[in-house]
Amino acid sequence: MSGAILPAPSQRTATTGSGIGMSAWANMFFVLPYIIVVVALVIAPLFLGIWLSFQDYDMLGGWAGGVAFENYTNLFSDRIFLGTIRNTLLFVVMTTPAFVVVGLFLAITLNSHLRRHAVLRSVFFASSVLSVTVVTLVWRLVYLPNQGLLASVTNLLGLPGIDPVTSETWALPGVAVVTVWWIIGLPMTLFLAALQQIPKEIYEAAALDRASRWATLTSITLPSIRRTIVVVTLLEVILQFQLFGQALLITGGGPDNRSRPMVQFIYETGFRDLQVGFAAAASQVLFALMLVAAIVQFWVGRSRDER
Amino acid sequence: MKIRTPSTATGDRLILLAVVLLAAIWIAPIVWVVGLSFKPNEVLMRTTGGLVSPPFTLKNYTDILNSSAVFGWMLNSAIVAIGQMTLTLILASLTGYGFARTNFPGKRPLFLLTLVALAVPEQAIIVPLHTMFATLDLHNTYIALITPRLAFPFGVLLMTQYFRAISPEIEEAALLDNASRLRIFIFIVLPLSVPAQATLGIYTFLHAWNDYFWPLVSATRPEMYTLTVGLASMQTNFAQTEGLGFLMAQAVFAGLPVLVLYLFFQRHIVAAVAGAPTR
Repeated sequence: MSGAILPAPSQRTATTGSGIGMSAWANMFFVLPYIIVVVALVIAPLFLGIWLSFQDYDMLGGWAGGVAFENYTNLFSDRIFLGTIRNTLLFVVMTTPAFVVVGLFLAITLNSHLRRHAVLRSVFFASSVLSVTVVTLVWRLVYLPNQGLLASVTNLLGLPGIDPVTSETWALPGVAVVTVWWIIGLPMTLFLAALQQIPKEIYEAAALDRASRWATLTSITLPSIRRTIVVVTLLEVILQFQLFGQALLITGGGPDNRSRPMVQFIYETGFRDLQVGFAAAASQVLFALMLVAAIVQFWVGRSRDER
Repeated sequence: MKIRTPSTATGDRLILLAVVLLAAIWIAPIVWVVGLSFKPNEVLMRTTGGLVSPPFTLKNYTDILNSSAVFGWMLNSAIVAIGQMTLTLILASLTGYGFARTNFPGKRPLFLLTLVALAVPEQAIIVPLHTMFATLDLHNTYIALITPRLAFPFGVLLMTQYFRAISPEIEEAALLDNASRLRIFIFIVLPLSVPAQATLGIYTFLHAWNDYFWPLVSATRPEMYTLTVGLASMQTNFAQTEGLGFLMAQAVFAGLPVLVLYLFFQRHIVAAVAGAPTR
């Protein structure tokens, strides 16, 4: 994918006069301001973070020298941190399939110029423009025991009430439901964009052959957007690894750490307990896990393409 | 256009029914919260049933208007979002044009740097970034709230793609007239990119407005809170709140502006999410 957007190497040299493709140092000034911003605010912190993760650095106590791998060994003997890895992975496993399946279902069903389909698309996309605090405020009210919308519905249906905020079993699924509700618009939109690239003639041919809906889906639609399915899965895994606000504001990570994600651990150690070195080490572990997940998926997606 | 047999027509209807039901579930929380935000707190203490039955009140909203903090937070959010949007548009346009249309030594490695930045998640650098701004004593300022978000590789890629699609002939004519590249960019290319600017601008604005993690750790003084952080700070003591109706009105009050923005600019927002600027 990245090959397509890489600029072509310069064809002409400075000696050929004032052509549009002429290479000149002066042209670098177009990109220089942004490059400075990236180096100062992404690349520098990236290396500073790696360095910090090997230091005993406390925002109050100050810098107390290098500690080699001590922050990392402490992390992997910290039961709360290990719990956050488990929770984060569980959360990714819960939400990613939901995003892909529901997103795909909505995109396939609503892929038309019909007015009612446009309205429905707007409904499913609308929640993604809300901020995490508005979303969690709404859902904390929905999840209220007794008075909440969820409790009203379960009462009406005669089901036992569940309280996702205080239940060890339902805390993480409760956060997952909120997340899918919040940003289902992203996978839906990406799938819709891919569906619109499929030539109409293929469907017309299939209709002439009286192909069933299922056959059309499995032998035309899904194979045509296979690449997008891989990309969306990858994107969702990476995005859901970053779970933070929803968990912090709905369950606070509880009960008994059952819904505390890795990013919340980084936030709490780094910005509440001010243990900068320790938090920087936790960030590196998160980053490494995300990279591994991305590489594995990229690799799986590619080997499938080759078959 | 489709060739319809009776069985596919029934199938169509069943699927539409399923999607409509799903949509109803999707908007139910919002309708419920909006409805109950107009009910008195005393009534909500007893029951949250009876969405459409009186009594109704506007008191929950006037309570918000009387608490001065919310307006300060909204102003902060507006300053940060507009600042981020403006600076991102300037940086992304210049850079996108540079990569799409000009040549200079080291272009490929510099473009790769942009792609690398795309792969670094916020969480991996937020701790050192916070340390850097603390060393410079910049926290609780607008500079700290705005600058870290200017490294936005997505915007650069979007503008690069857009400028590459514009025909180079227009520029070549101007070059023959000895116009400088900067003049060509400002007076010829930039006016052609207004649709892409709108897409990227609205998207950046929304992102900045909804941003949570960085403002949470950078703006620690309540008067520097953005709306997202301020609202979150009021949620922490959820149990002993001023009342359900007040909370619901807050959610509506904070959510409404972006939903209105969405209604007006839906096309641009969806295009940005799909990664293709509107033309």
